[in-house]
Amino acid sequence: MGDRLEPYRVLLASRMRAQMQYRASFVTDILGTVGVGVAEFAEVWVIFHNVDVLGGLDFTAALLVFALSNIAFSLADLFVGHLDTLPTYIRAGQVDAFYVRPLPLLAQLVTSDLSLRRIGRLSVALLALTVALATADIAWTPAVVALLVLTVVSGTAIFSALFTAAGGLQFFLVDGAEFTNSFTYGGAYSAQQSQQVFPGPLRIFWTFVVPTAFVAYLPAVSILELPGDRLAPLWLAWCTPLAAVLSWTVAGLCWRAGTRHYQGAGG
Amino acid sequence: MSTIIETRELVREFKKTRAVDRMSFVVEPGESVGYIGANGAGKSTTIKMLTGILKPTSGHVRTCGLDPMRQRIAVARRVGVVFGQRSQLWWDLPLGESFTILAAIHRLDPAAGRARTRELVDQLEMGPQLGTPVRSLSLGQRMRAEIAAALLHTPDLLILDEPTIGLDVLSKQRLREFLVAERRERGTTLLLTTHDMGDIERLCDRVLVIDRGALAFDGTLAGLAATVGAQRLLVIDLAVPTPPLTAIAGATLVSNESQGLRQSLAFDPKSTTAAAVLARVSAVAEVRDLAIEEPDIEDVVRRLYAASRP
Repeated sequence: MGDRLEPYRVLLASRMRAQMQYRASFVTDILGTVGVGVAEFAEVWVIFHNVDVLGGLDFTAALLVFALSNIAFSLADLFVGHLDTLPTYIRAGQVDAFYVRPLPLLAQLVTSDLSLRRIGRLSVALLALTVALATADIAWTPAVVALLVLTVVSGTAIFSALFTAAGGLQFFLVDGAEFTNSFTYGGAYSAQQSQQVFPGPLRIFWTFVVPTAFVAYLPAVSILELPGDRLAPLWLAWCTPLAAVLSWTVAGLCWRAGTRHYQGAGG
Repeated sequence: MSTIIETRELVREFKKTRAVDRMSFVVEPGESVGYIGANGAGKSTTIKMLTGILKPTSGHVRTCGLDPMRQRIAVARRVGVVFGQRSQLWWDLPLGESFTILAAIHRLDPAAGRARTRELVDQLEMGPQLGTPVRSLSLGQRMRAEIAAALLHTPDLLILDEPTIGLDVLSKQRLREFLVAERRERGTTLLLTTHDMGDIERLCDRVLVIDRGALAFDGTLAGLAATVGAQRLLVIDLAVPTPPLTAIAGATLVSNESQGLRQSLAFDPKSTTAAAVLARVSAVAEVRDLAIEEPDIEDVVRRLYAASRP
């Protein structure tokens, strides 16, 4: 197993060395993503400075949703976010260079970068999670801990699947980054809101089509034992891994269709 | 070892055009094949089908006995490819690191990878550049590095797409000498696309000419020369206006400019030499400057086409 992964270990190590070569710019990049995380947080703070409860969440609950969604998104962004550079590779013909190497295309693209600067946003989210968990009134049980871990892992998988599906679609669209961004970054935005602020059709969309409600809102409601509703019963939170598996099935199909299209049409 | 390349009735269509049209040829181990044709004739499309980047519309293709679409990764292990405009190197890292990463990608044993890198770096005289970031290499250095990268896993087949484009005369010369030596030592099969007749002359014992997607010629360079005449052009600047140089043995006057101040003579390098033609000209007129031009591929293909359709 270790041997099989050796090429990827070497690739990732080289990417990290490359980023460390310019320390000043690396530090600025990290500060930049800390800034993004803080700005996202400021939105939550401003809202709850004016209202006590929004969409069934108080400030602490909203903070938990914010933290879980941002952790999942920044981890996914760290691992596979650079798939959105695919159109650049396609236009430059660089995808052909990947094809003549003896590794799967997706594995090469995923390991073609590891954007360490995204640690900035991740650390803001981790801080928010610590504060939320410390201040919230949580009945700590093994089930709650298990759900938290499951949520972070599955949430990261869901966002990674979104990036991968978007990447697969890029083979068809090439200039369609704006369109696919509405699912990836739009999904990230929807994930950090209380689903109750959305009208019904949109809630169904963010739960059953692009399942970002599973990333943070549904688990948070379950962990805090808030009253669920018709569209968000508490047990639904435990379906988060299922949502991740289904997302990856769709992502895999999108990716395969994309590469087949590339080989069929010649990019 | 089995056949290296085999295509039969290979066809590739793009929307309405047929980029490759019923292409059939076989390349045996150890051959060195020049694959020439005008821009857009279908050379790159063929290479992409040989390496599993493009799916053929119809027909049969085998590379190292494997189906490139179904066994792309196995093909990649046995083939080295250099695309003139696309890089296998990591532009933001020192050159040496690209070789380390590629050795890992090809799962070479670390010691064997280092030994092979050292060997290629020595032969291509790239030692001083190993610590240089790839983005800072000159074009000639980068091309040598790309070829070293493609040969790192000791492939059975090396495919070079325009390897000498943009290189100065000296860099071209060094690259060709290296490729000749590498082939002599390892018996690597070579498939080369180029616009440079010099590449073909010095590297290839067989030429395939593709025209509008179809194979227009398959044979030796001598055979091609016999069909179309692979002549060189000696352009001579003379000290004083001189009557047309029509009586030079082994050469024919092609053009005569500025009242005979600049005259161009075509000659066949197989039957005479540039030095002999120059000596004969010098005997009748004072030469101030000269240039030797090689016919370009487009010209050869055009003449081939004209010869086949009188």
